[in-house]
Formats: sequence, C-alpha cells, structure tokens
Amino acid sequence: MKNKLKTRVLIIGGGATGTGIARDLTLRGVKCILVEKRDINAGASGANHGLLHSGARYVSNDPESAKECRDENRLLKQMAPDCIEETGGLFVAVEGDDEKFIADFQSYCDKADIPCCPMDVEEAREAEPALSDKTIAAFAVEDASVDPFKLVLENITDAQKLGCKFLRHSQVVKFNKQGNTIESVDLLNKTTGKEFSIEADIVVNATGAWAGQVAALAGADIDLIYSKGTLLITHSRVSQRVVNRLRPPGDADILVPGGTVSILGTTSLRMDSLDKIRPTVEEVDRIVDEGATMMPGLESTRYIRAYSGVRPLLGGGGKGDDRSVTRGFDLVDHAKDGIENFITITGGKLTTFRLMAEKTSDLVCSRIGVSAPCQTRTIPLISAHETRWAVPGFSPKNWFKNHDKNDLLLCECEMVPQSAIEEIVEYFDIFDQQVDLKGIGKRSRIGKGSCQGNFCSLRITAFLYDRDLLSADQGASEIHSFINERWKGQRCLLWGTPVVQAELQEAMHCGFFGLELQPNSSTSS
Amino acid sequence: MTNIKKNHTKLTIIGTGMAGMAAACFASHNRIDTIQIGINSGIIYSSGFFDLMGIHPIDTQLTWNNPWQAIDQLVADIPNHPYARMRKPEIEAAMKQFLDCMEAAECPYMFLKNQNTEVITPVGTVKQTYAVPRSMWAGAVALKERQSCLIVDFVGLKAFSAKQIADMLMPRWPKIRPLRLTFPAVGASADLYPEQMARALEIEANRIKLADAIRPHLADAKSLGLPAILGMYKPHQVRTHLEKLLGVDIFEIPTIPPSVPGVRLKEALEKFLSDRGVRLIPQKRALFAEQQKNRKFILSIGDIGSDKTEQMIETDGVILAGGRFLGMGLYAGRKKIQEPLFNLPVFQPEDRALWHQANFFDPKGHRISQAGLEIDDSFRPTDAAGKPVYNNLFAAGSILAHQDWMRQKCGAGLAIATAYGAVKAFRKTLIDR
Repeated sequence: MKNKLKTRVLIIGGGATGTGIARDLTLRGVKCILVEKRDINAGASGANHGLLHSGARYVSNDPESAKECRDENRLLKQMAPDCIEETGGLFVAVEGDDEKFIADFQSYCDKADIPCCPMDVEEAREAEPALSDKTIAAFAVEDASVDPFKLVLENITDAQKLGCKFLRHSQVVKFNKQGNTIESVDLLNKTTGKEFSIEADIVVNATGAWAGQVAALAGADIDLIYSKGTLLITHSRVSQRVVNRLRPPGDADILVPGGTVSILGTTSLRMDSLDKIRPTVEEVDRIVDEGATMMPGLESTRYIRAYSGVRPLLGGGGKGDDRSVTRGFDLVDHAKDGIENFITITGGKLTTFRLMAEKTSDLVCSRIGVSAPCQTRTIPLISAHETRWAVPGFSPKNWFKNHDKNDLLLCECEMVPQSAIEEIVEYFDIFDQQVDLKGIGKRSRIGKGSCQGNFCSLRITAFLYDRDLLSADQGASEIHSFINERWKGQRCLLWGTPVVQAELQEAMHCGFFGLELQPNSSTSS
Repeated sequence: MTNIKKNHTKLTIIGTGMAGMAAACFASHNRIDTIQIGINSGIIYSSGFFDLMGIHPIDTQLTWNNPWQAIDQLVADIPNHPYARMRKPEIEAAMKQFLDCMEAAECPYMFLKNQNTEVITPVGTVKQTYAVPRSMWAGAVALKERQSCLIVDFVGLKAFSAKQIADMLMPRWPKIRPLRLTFPAVGASADLYPEQMARALEIEANRIKLADAIRPHLADAKSLGLPAILGMYKPHQVRTHLEKLLGVDIFEIPTIPPSVPGVRLKEALEKFLSDRGVRLIPQKRALFAEQQKNRKFILSIGDIGSDKTEQMIETDGVILAGGRFLGMGLYAGRKKIQEPLFNLPVFQPEDRALWHQANFFDPKGHRISQAGLEIDDSFRPTDAAGKPVYNNLFAAGSILAHQDWMRQKCGAGLAIATAYGAVKAFRKTLIDR
C-alpha cells in the first residue's frame, strides 16, 4: 500500500519562497506540508550573492522592482536581523565606464525614491582600500548582505515548530486530477525509492526555475527564461560594504561581503535546460578579470568555491540581455488554465521572498476560506537553536567557549565537533530518518573549509557508522556524493594552492581508497 | 654573498617523496656522491603500500592480478608512458633493489612475485597492491582466507571505524567482526593521534594492558586487525609481542594520511640514506638553477616562501623528482602549468577548462593528471623537438607526463622504476666522461 498523507496546503519547493510560504501559512494557523526534490536551497535560493538589495541596482531599468526591494530591505532588517549584516553598499565607476550613466544615476535613484548619497572618491577608497585607483565616482546606498542558508533554515525550522511537515528528497511525479481539481499528488522518495502520495486542498508550486516543469506535470503552462548566473567565493573578505559597479548591469559587477568571505558575480547566460547547471572555466576567468577592474586584488586573491544558479525570469522569449527582463515576480492562479486548486509563484528575487510568500499565502487563504492576516510583517524571525551550526564562525566560538575534551572535532577546518553532527542528525530523525553528508553539510559548515571535505568526509562517515546511522556499503556512496558535491564548486577554481589540495584528495580517495572503483562512482551528481 | 656556503657534489636529487628517496637509494648503491633536497616529504602521505601496476585501461577499470602482464599491456597501448622507457627486467631489478633497501632499512615488505595482493583500506574498501609492509601482511592473508577475524578500533581515534570496515567487507567476508575499545595507555585527552598511540605501544606494559583488553573478545578469531599504531621504531617487536600475548596473527590497517606507516617509511629511509652517505638538506627548496660553461649546474637553495639564497650547490647532474603539485615539482597557474626551476616545457591540456572532469571520480581520470615532463629514453626532459634540454638533467616519478598513477595504481612502482632509470642514465654520463 502506498503511504498517504493529508494536509490543507501542499507546497512544492524548499527554497526561500517555499519555506517563506510554509512559515507564513503556519503562522496563520494553516496546516501544510513542504516537499522538496533535493534539500533546502537547492536552486537559486542557495546560489546567489546573498545581497539584500537597496533597489539602486534596478533604478535604471526596473523601477517597480527597485521600490519593492527598498521596502522589503527595510522590513527584513527589522524582521530577520540575525540573518542580515547591515554592511551598507557602494556604487563605484572606474575609468572607461559610461559617463552618461554615472551622471544620470542620482536622478534615476531620486525618481524611484531610492536613497543614494554621492561620495568623494578619495573618501570611498579610504573606506574600501580594495577599490581601484582608477575609481572615478562613488555613491553610498542601503545595500546589506543576507545569509540565504540561515534565512531559509530559520524559516523552515520555525514552520516545522508550528506544525509544518518538511519532506526532503521527495519529488513530485504525478498530479491526480478529478475534473478541474487536483485530488492528490504522487511523490517519489528519492533515497528509499518508495512512492507515496499527498492529498491537499490546494497545491502551491514554488519551485523557482523548475516552476515550468512542475506546472507542465499538472497540465498548466508557465513561460520562463532560464538565466544562469555564476558566482565566486573568495577565501577572505575583500570589502566591508557591498560594492556594485556603477554601470548598466553586467558581468561580475557586484561584490557582496558575508562573514569572513566575499562573493563576486555574476554572469548571465541564457540556458535551454536546467540539466548540468555548473560554473565553467570561461565564466570564472571572465568574472575574475572583470572584478579585477573594479578591485585589482581580485586578480590574485584565492577563491574557494564557484557555483551557479538559474534565475527564473518571467518569460515571453524576449530578446537582448536577460538582465533587462523584469526581476518582478509572478503569482499565477491556474484556475485560468482550468485547474481550480493550483497556484504557481515564480520570478522575483531573494530580497523580495517574504513579499512573494505573503502574496501567495493571501491567495491560498482566500481560496480555502481562511481570514487570518499575514504575520511575517510583524513577528520577527528569531534564530532557532537548531540552526546555529550553519552560521559561519559559530562553531569555533562555541568550541573555545565550552571546550569539552570528549567532543572530538570531526571537521578541523571549520571546527565542527561530533556533538554538532549528533544534534543535526537528531533533527533529521524527527522529520525524515534520512542521514546524509550533504544534508549535514547544508546544516553546518562541514566541507566548507580549506580541505573542502577531503578529511571531514572520512571522519564523519566513520562517526556515523559508529552511531549505527550508516551501514553496509552506504559509507562509500556517502563519501562519493559529498566529495562530488564539493567538487562542483572547486573544479573551475583549481589553480595555485587548490590544485595541490585536489591532488592530495585524488591521491587519497582514488589512489589509496579506490573509491572511483566502487559501484555508482561513474555517475555524476 | 661571500658567506653563502657552496656545496659540491656529483648528483643532486630534488625531491624527498618516493621517487626522490628511491633515486637516493640507487645513487648510494652506485656510490655516487649525492645531495638530496626537498620540502615536506610526500612520503608521509603514503599508505605504506607499494603499488606496481593495478588498473589498465583506466576508463574500463580493468583490474589485473599480475602486475607484470599489466605493464606489458600498458606499454603496448601507451608507448609514451614512463614504464615504456625501460625494459621489463630493469623494472624488476629496480623493484628488487629498492625492496632490498627497505629490508636493510628495517622496514621490510612482503609480496608475491608475479601477483598483486588485496589489502584493506581504512574506509573498508579492498585495494590491489604489490608490496605490503610486513606489519600489514597478515591482513592480506586473513582477507584471502576469509579467516575469522576481529577488527579493533579505539574511542577517540577519528576516521577509523572497525564497524565501517566490517560492514563494508561483510558481504565477501562474513567472519569479520568489529570491536571498539578504550585505548589503555594515553592520558586525559579524548582525541587520539596514531603517532602518540604508536609511541605508547613501544612500552611493554602498555602492550600487556592492550592485550588484556582484547583477550576476552577474541573468541574463535584467528587474526586481529588494528589501526596502524603498532610502534613507531620497533613495529616488528611490538607486533610479535602482542601476537605472543594473544596467540593470533596480528596485522595493521593503515589510517588516513598522514599515517604512522608513512612516517616510519620516511624516517627509515632518511636514516638508511644518511648511513649510506647521502647528504640531505631538509625543508629547503631549490630556488634557482643555472648551467655553467663547464655544464655543471649551480643551484640556489633557500626556504619555502622566500627567494633568499642560503646556500649553493655545484653539481654535475640533477634529477628532478619533486612530484607534481603537492611536491611543488610543477606549478599550476591560472593560465598554464609550469616547471618552476628550469622552466622546462610541460606537456599539458591546451586549456584550463580541460584539466578536470565534471565528476571527480570519472573513470577516465582528469587530464591534468597526464600533464608533466616529457622525456627521452635516458629520462632527460625534452623540448618541443624531442631533444633533451640538458644532457645532465633527468626526471623521475610523478612529475613525468603520460601517466596517471592514482588511477593506474602504479605510484610506487613508477617512482622506483623511473628513479632507477634516471640514476642509471646519470651514471652513464659519468662513465662516458
């Protein structure tokens, strides 16, 4: 017998929007289940700058989005202060940049009512010494940085505490319709291979770039443009503030600091398909070269990870630069396509995720006759105990504070002790019984230090066996898929010291352990 | 500049990994006046196993029982593989001579003449190798005979789980059984390190305590596997004493690098070579090299991370055995791969985008692993025209192009054989003169 679950609202997609909707609905007292094909932040929510836009980036070509960003920026600084670092931001131009754009910038900002304050170039360079000596203009704006992993973990953890069920590794395979209504949704648990189904009054498709594919499964149509963006993480923090290139949006024109690192990007490449979204060497080189014109140190700094996301842009198969497509969002009631209880939310951006969740939840509630108002404007998102291991810097601080000799460090780079792994794994147990290194990686800093998983994968795997959380030959495939996940982000950045690390990793994992000879090893994840 | 010490020697070996160590052994065997120089020895990352040749072709992952047959096939298929620069009897002689050195260095190895041996790794996989440290041999036998076997690990020793090893091997080895113990001999800290444990077991009283802790759990076990912690300097004594106390065959399973077997190997070879008169300049690197009119090389020697010359070497010949990137024999920049000392041409993919596969474990291996120095039959790095760049400059080990030792499972064999070839070719230049 296929396992059957029942709920009022089924949300598909574990990114910022889906988890935001889950929190919004549970705060209104609405029962819901969130299903995710992979794990939290598997799409664009986990592959962006972590930039809380002031709106200034969009003043020239999308003033509506600019205003949305401005309002949400101010609100989120109040509602999710633990996820946000109020860095402030700069827009800077260097010699050779479009002088007309520079001259018009202030008036664009004024017209959209986005705060923007001209700055003396010398003053700007004093504040941010990494800026090029060819800087010719600077403006201060209200940009900030937001940790998208923490944000989404907090949202889903809060929702779970309020009764939302979160099912990872659960892929929608079929919508069962009766007339104009979806009666139930069939899903596949990708780790156990078992199918199950969920009955819901209403289904929300919050799958970002995958919204078209999921809608198509239900027999509805969503027209999206896939715009791939690649970003690089530096080994150490380059600037105090967000630094934007003062020109019409282009490659590698934003550098966002976050904790001890900075994130440089992005590119914009139109893609036909969502398969194999990976950074390329060519993109990485372009980002480094372009970034270095704004901040010359970016040429020689060490990068620790590259990653790519797909922006789901609202379609129509437009022409020209995808950056000119609106960053607004689209809330679609598929009643228009003849499906009464199906809603899609897509487009938008991280900065406006809460607003998207609010609008979606409003529509859901009006459909199922719930009158409770949105509370995410007034109830702040408080850091949950469970999410603290994901915060950069928490683990070392905690380690030095309550140094417990019996608590072995399993990840020595980021100082993650076995008690952290135990706690995270316990959290899995409550909700879906599935222990995986990648899942632990999403909820802690393991694999994010300079060894990039080479050593910690081995220590944690041995630990999980000892706790009876892995058995038979699962360890080999766990190490394999964790290493390959890290590899995705390293592959294009392998020059200098990282090549040395990669060589050691291959000497160990292939030369010594022969893990490439284990079953499953030839498939790329 | 006047204070800078100038050393004179016949041969300078750059590198202290397997290839550098093997070259120094062969040079000393031939009574060639030798200086060896290198930074952190790659040898401490060794598992202790000496692979000769295990897999070919790598993309089909065909595993060979007989390494010599595998070499025949490899040489036929890949005529520019470094193994193809030698005749098979020379490779055999190289292996024999080096394994004799290991015996003399009190780090004895066991092997079957024409056969690879299956051994256990710390993640519970089984690996084919050629020569096995004496301390690990009983494990190969136990695995082969599927003996009733107890594997022991210790609370606090990370990345070594007896349960993981037993679970992984259980399908082929039903009578393997895990046991976790508290290590009886190290103090308060919960974090145990293999070196510290190995040193503790050099003390007889600790071995007795350990044996007492294990004894009640042996049941019908014929053999006992432990992490590689059985002594630092006297592994033979430590193991045989424990065997006597417990009445079973005992073997070590290597831990993850850097491991005790790697350190033992390094220290045994360093002592052996020092006794044989090889002058080691440790923790230094060659900064610059220049050829004089008399064709001898002048090498400037200094610290890692500094360009300051601390001493000089005037040498008749040089063997480059600095490995690839970890050993700093090669440097991979954003645009290309370079050989930093002599600026030799490096065979490499034309574009960085081709260096690495999308899947880390891709059976084809990564193309960057085929990069390196191309050589002639005398192990001399060659230029674009295939001519040796210098007549008295040689190369050995993983710095050489057209091999993927990590995937072909030929790391030690390649290092030893090519070191033998390079020393032989250098020696010929001395005789010819």
